Amino acid sequence: MGAAVPFGFQDNAEVARRFPDLHPAFDSNEALTEANRCLYCFDAPCAAACPTHIDVPRFIKKIATQNLMGSALAILDANVLGASCSRVCPVEVLCEGACVMLRYNKQAIAIGRLQRHSMDYFLDRGGRLPRKSTAKRSQNIVCIGAGPASLACAAELAQKGFGVTVIERRPLPGGLNTYGVAEYKLRPPDSLHEVAMIAELGVEFRFGVSIEDESDLAALERQYDAIFMGIGLGAMHELRIPGAEHAHIIDALEFIARYKTASNLSVGNNVVVIGAGNTAIDAAIAARRLGAAHVTIVYRRTERDISAFGFEYEHAKQEGVVFEWMAQPVAIHSGSLECSRMGSTFQLPCDMVIPAIGQTPLPLLERCHGPKYYSGGDCTNGGREVVDAVADGKRAALAIAKSFKAEHA
Amino acid sequence: MPDTPGPDLSTIFAGGIRSPNPFWLASAPPTNCGEQVMRAFDAGWGGAVWKTIGEPITNVSSRYSSIDWNGQRMMGLNNIELISDRPIETNLREIADVKKRYPKHAVIASLMVESTREAWHDIVQRSEGAGADGLELNFGCPHGMSERGMGSAVGQVPEYTEMITGWVKEKARTPVLVKLTPNITDIRQIARAAKRAGADGLSAINTINSITGIDLDTFEPRPNVDGLSSHGGYCGPAVKPIALNMVHQLQNDDASRLPISGIGGIGTWRDAAEFILLGCGTVQVCTAAMHYGYRVVEDMIDGLQNWMREKGFASIDDFRGLSAPKITDWNHLNLNFKIVARIHAEKCIGCELCYIACWDGAHQCIHLDSEHSTPPAIEAASRARIAVTPIPKLDRAIESHGLASRASNGRVPHVDEDECVGCNLCALVCPVDGCISMERVENHLPRKTWEDLVNGTPHS
Repeated sequence: MGAAVPFGFQDNAEVARRFPDLHPAFDSNEALTEANRCLYCFDAPCAAACPTHIDVPRFIKKIATQNLMGSALAILDANVLGASCSRVCPVEVLCEGACVMLRYNKQAIAIGRLQRHSMDYFLDRGGRLPRKSTAKRSQNIVCIGAGPASLACAAELAQKGFGVTVIERRPLPGGLNTYGVAEYKLRPPDSLHEVAMIAELGVEFRFGVSIEDESDLAALERQYDAIFMGIGLGAMHELRIPGAEHAHIIDALEFIARYKTASNLSVGNNVVVIGAGNTAIDAAIAARRLGAAHVTIVYRRTERDISAFGFEYEHAKQEGVVFEWMAQPVAIHSGSLECSRMGSTFQLPCDMVIPAIGQTPLPLLERCHGPKYYSGGDCTNGGREVVDAVADGKRAALAIAKSFKAEHA
Repeated sequence: MPDTPGPDLSTIFAGGIRSPNPFWLASAPPTNCGEQVMRAFDAGWGGAVWKTIGEPITNVSSRYSSIDWNGQRMMGLNNIELISDRPIETNLREIADVKKRYPKHAVIASLMVESTREAWHDIVQRSEGAGADGLELNFGCPHGMSERGMGSAVGQVPEYTEMITGWVKEKARTPVLVKLTPNITDIRQIARAAKRAGADGLSAINTINSITGIDLDTFEPRPNVDGLSSHGGYCGPAVKPIALNMVHQLQNDDASRLPISGIGGIGTWRDAAEFILLGCGTVQVCTAAMHYGYRVVEDMIDGLQNWMREKGFASIDDFRGLSAPKITDWNHLNLNFKIVARIHAEKCIGCELCYIACWDGAHQCIHLDSEHSTPPAIEAASRARIAVTPIPKLDRAIESHGLASRASNGRVPHVDEDECVGCNLCALVCPVDGCISMERVENHLPRKTWEDLVNGTPHS
């Protein structure tokens, strides 16, 4: 990407150096060969498995005919965040996991990387999102939060000609795409380029604005015809053990956001990550990449019970992350973490503790009452993937547009 | 490896051309010079038809273009190269040298000279003097030479073919093969002329007139010679079915029938076996050798011998022409023969290509287990279904919607055998070997052909 990252983001070359692409881009011949492997299934299982129902065989066929512009537009028609999804989606449990090739003792089509190929082409050429209607609609909608759910909702409504405002408490848009995705999957500049495409539709972004309480909501209700809540989940659960007040404790999302967007690459030498979900894995691998000599994941249950995807677990092991099973942290001391396992205790050398034990739901959603409110993404689905948030946001937008039509009928 | 000697591949073609196996290199760039031909013989080729000899020409730069298909290179190859650009004496000297060192291999001189009796007499005598085992008259070259009254300009006119073949036969002591162009309405017209003039054999087919494509950025066709192109000769795997049909036409016609050296898209032993099954005595290969080198002949020999051993054939003649009687006119096909598609569920991977092919391209008799009855309705229903990323932590309470359970044969189509016309399309599009078989349905009806119907035979 060129020097000018949208939204004033300052790229950090050191971060880029330490986090090369996990799945490098295809060159055009690789993409062509892979696209030609696709069988072009009817009613394809990959498309059905995709929460946004991208017509996968259709966009892959277009790669095979070297119609990359058409391929990208086919993707964007279903999923306005097709670029970030191509990099962050757990394709193994979605489209690629549904590929019929797997039942033919063959590798699944590399759908994610093919999708990235088309989206890179589109973004590199300054492609613009098409409008779905030339009519200018009178209604204005506000989306709270600038994460994937709100972005998908905002884009769909703006494409249909509605006025859309996105309100975000942080300085940059993109939500977890910008702040929370492992750097080797998606870098902030790529996330921000994608958001810039949505801004070009005329969506207004307001940063540094928090919506906290009923009076904030009431003000929005007066000003807007519909309100989409895409506020995600709240802060991560705190570790409630003695010594947890120590300064060398930083929750996983904060740790990830810090190296991705604040150029703070500091990390301990002995790092312990608590929890075994996908975020814990992201934090543990990041700690390794940032220079930690020893990174241990401590989990209170067994290998079988982890909530991380299997391929994420394998990746962590490849990066040298060590796992301690059936281990419960009981206290933090200077230079070590005390854990208990089956009644006995042991010490793990530790100069940085990264809890990754889930996020708390935000109470704000419970205060949203009335027909103007819609919601989607992590705040309603409990915390799934970017692609689920996009699907939620798009469905909400379609419902919002339909509600206006009903009013006029 | 078996202890018994392999099946005998040696051939005696057109009344006298001997070669250790039926695999010859066609007259083309792979047989341009003696050094090449000797390396080809070392690699295992049984014979070589020398790059056409005549008054040396000047070639253009940029000579080939090809058709790629679904990521595979050179499904079809096109060329605008002319005959040998080396002096006649050089070619003849090298032929003599090769024959001296490889006396058991077949070297055939491909010839093309101006259309005078003297010119042909001269080249025939000099070629045989150099030791050529046979002569192949190039009446097929479709570009460049034809504009000068040679090549296909001869091979498209029966009278010219008969006249020149006659001149050659006046002098030739070795077998004379006439190489036929496919760029003609009925290839048999030329074969009959050649036979009338006494030709000993036919080589078929030469390349097919072609323009392979146009560059969509420059709007210039390929191969590009300084912004222009010209039609060329098409060969390679793409042309095999056309060549097989023409070989059969020649074999099936009494007035054309002569020993045939089969040419056209032969790249493997399987292709070769098919040409021999239709009656060819030898086969000629070009594109496969240009693509991968002379070494392709190793598997041609090995594969053909293994297949012959398995089928119990001791020599090429044991199976030569075996399939020729199995091709007949449509009039003679049994209208009461009935086959239907059967889908073997355990092999089905659920791509549903058979379903959409049958609905859009055939007779709407393959169905899915769906409450919707047309392809658009089925796809729309899938798009309307909400899908989410499976997250174990969140989904424990929810019934498993794992992909395996949904995929396991929930997508196997079924055939309405009463409606199935047995067209084969589903079996052709199915990506899995043996998943869809076309099986005979016993209807206890007597054999009945169109000919029977129009002649009013009493079967019905």
